[in-house]
Amino acid sequence: MNAVVKPPEFKPNETFRDDFSFRNSPAAIRRFPMPFPSDDYMYSVNMEPHVPGAAGSVAEHAFDVDEHYIAECRERAIVLAAEPLRFQALPHMQSAQWDCLELIMESLARDYPAHFSLSKRGNHWHWINRPLGIDQQFMFGDPASLPHQPLDYITRQTQGDFVVMDQRDGDLWIQAGMITAPADWSLDFDMGMTFKEWHGPVPLAHEMNVFDRALKYLLNLRLGQPVRRLNWTMTIHPRLDTSPENYPFWGPERTTVTPQNAGDLVHLRVELQGLWRLPRSNGIVFSIRAYFISLRELASIPKWARRVHRVVKNLHPVLVDYKGLTRYRDAVVEWLAPFDDGSPTSSGTAPE
Amino acid sequence: MTTTRATTAQAKTQQAQTIAVEVKAIEQVTPLIKHFTLAAADGAALPAFSGGSHIIVVLRGATRVYRNPYSLLGSPHHLDTYEIGVRRMEESRGGSRFLHENVSVGSRLEIAHPVNLFALAKIARKQLLIAGGVGITPFLAQLEDLRGGAAPYELHYSVRSPEHAAFLPRLREREGDRVHMYYDSESHAIDFDGLLSHQPLGTHVYVCGPAGLINRVLTTAKRWGWPDSHVHSEQFSAPPVGDAFEVFLARTKVTVRVPPDQSLLESIEAAGVEVPYLCRGGVCGFCHTRVLELDGELTHNDHFLSDVEKSRGKSIMPCVSRAHCRSLVLDL
Repeated sequence: MNAVVKPPEFKPNETFRDDFSFRNSPAAIRRFPMPFPSDDYMYSVNMEPHVPGAAGSVAEHAFDVDEHYIAECRERAIVLAAEPLRFQALPHMQSAQWDCLELIMESLARDYPAHFSLSKRGNHWHWINRPLGIDQQFMFGDPASLPHQPLDYITRQTQGDFVVMDQRDGDLWIQAGMITAPADWSLDFDMGMTFKEWHGPVPLAHEMNVFDRALKYLLNLRLGQPVRRLNWTMTIHPRLDTSPENYPFWGPERTTVTPQNAGDLVHLRVELQGLWRLPRSNGIVFSIRAYFISLRELASIPKWARRVHRVVKNLHPVLVDYKGLTRYRDAVVEWLAPFDDGSPTSSGTAPE
Repeated sequence: MTTTRATTAQAKTQQAQTIAVEVKAIEQVTPLIKHFTLAAADGAALPAFSGGSHIIVVLRGATRVYRNPYSLLGSPHHLDTYEIGVRRMEESRGGSRFLHENVSVGSRLEIAHPVNLFALAKIARKQLLIAGGVGITPFLAQLEDLRGGAAPYELHYSVRSPEHAAFLPRLREREGDRVHMYYDSESHAIDFDGLLSHQPLGTHVYVCGPAGLINRVLTTAKRWGWPDSHVHSEQFSAPPVGDAFEVFLARTKVTVRVPPDQSLLESIEAAGVEVPYLCRGGVCGFCHTRVLELDGELTHNDHFLSDVEKSRGKSIMPCVSRAHCRSLVLDL
């Protein structure tokens, strides 16, 4: 093994609830996927080919495994134990589920050979996940040979949420998914929706024809040529499960932010979203991988502090409401203000 | 402008990414159709696909390159080889003739990853497949996906005469009496009204074959009140031959001459300008190009633009469409 970048050291005891012990290491801060290439923000169809990014970056591999891997998998198991409907799959999505399992297993085994391995003898597959201590032999295509449905099984071992869409009638329909870390949307509510119905609540973008263009682009998504984009919001605490189902637990937290505590309470949540055409089902899988960074962690990179201060300060009022920032946007701006001396930021998202 | 950049970047990877294959077997299955079996040149498994997918086959002739779409007809469960059926087209630019005459066992070709523009609806309660001639090819792969599934299905296959019934032995062996044959030579035609007037609710119908067959199915289905979402058709147009013309590409500032037997897309590619494409058969809309100036008439041969869009003359699908013109300027 002559890997240039050291594999992450896992922090298995981190939590995303209760005492919120999640923190980023200095290395995790530097590789954080900043979503703002300039000091202002508006929607765009910001998709690009999901080709390997720089070594060590979150886009280096198809599915990024970082220091939070074990802790995020445990968080998913906690949510599923309480709310099994966070995983759902309609009966006609069986082949798409196997497509997803294959995609994820092959990617992880190829990209992280020290942690995962996959060997195949015809349809007899042998999967080893060392960080989680899993050693599983099964028959590809036979659901009875796995302890869970194929998509459920493999996404319990993957960071990030997953939506699987069926393509028909010139549209994409949500027909399966594993959603335990949503930014205020519900798989149970959205199952069966078309692409535009699913995105119904998003303001401004419909008028800008963002979804017409995005849908057209995705309907033509090609096998072996995945695409990615970044999206963002803000969250109080590093809480992965900001679901509508649990709104009473996290909604009120937004009233507790002050200019004094914002640096530790408020987190920028960035989603690295990937889209793959699935081979046997002709479906599309959509991965939503959330990264958190507290304002205090973010302020350790001077360029990012200046930029986020400006973006949040000048954000379109409708987006302030849609992203749920209404009650604490001013506190965020006030907390970040001392880090912004007005000097220019270089273009692009790199830390400088 | 991220969109433009991404699309261009994607177009580049897309056209760079081909798979080298070797021809493993060739069989003349009818007087007009040859059956080619292809395997990856490096011996690896080929990418998985779904029934109804096609591949683009890149054929490097002595003086020009052809890129023709062919449906995959082998089983999606066996990825050691891909199989295609090629009908020899006399009145064409020569891609199928090249495959028939210049390609032999051991020949090396390039193919692009499969794309499915004719996918089965997985929620259908019954699947009704109607094929004409070489239009049988996508159904051969789809049948492999349907066999053993919950939904009942049947195939209606119409050909000129028994000697033109490509792949019939394979169909009979695998599908038995789910295959219904129709021979023009015996004046035995599909009873479209009979077939489409009494199917159970939730049936999807699929048709692939000559334009006449497709139109009969589409109009009959419409008359019997089938919802559009349950009626599927695929007809790849081979780029037709036509008069020579010249086109100016405004962004790249290149003048391209389009000879009679080469498509507009092929001519633009030969001039070193890349255009994103998927099907190269006038179906998918990926190569949609804006027309900036036109002194003359466009000859639209695609199935993508609406009649209104075609008459407006503001866009063209360069994979199959041409022009009769003194000048044409495209946004490329």
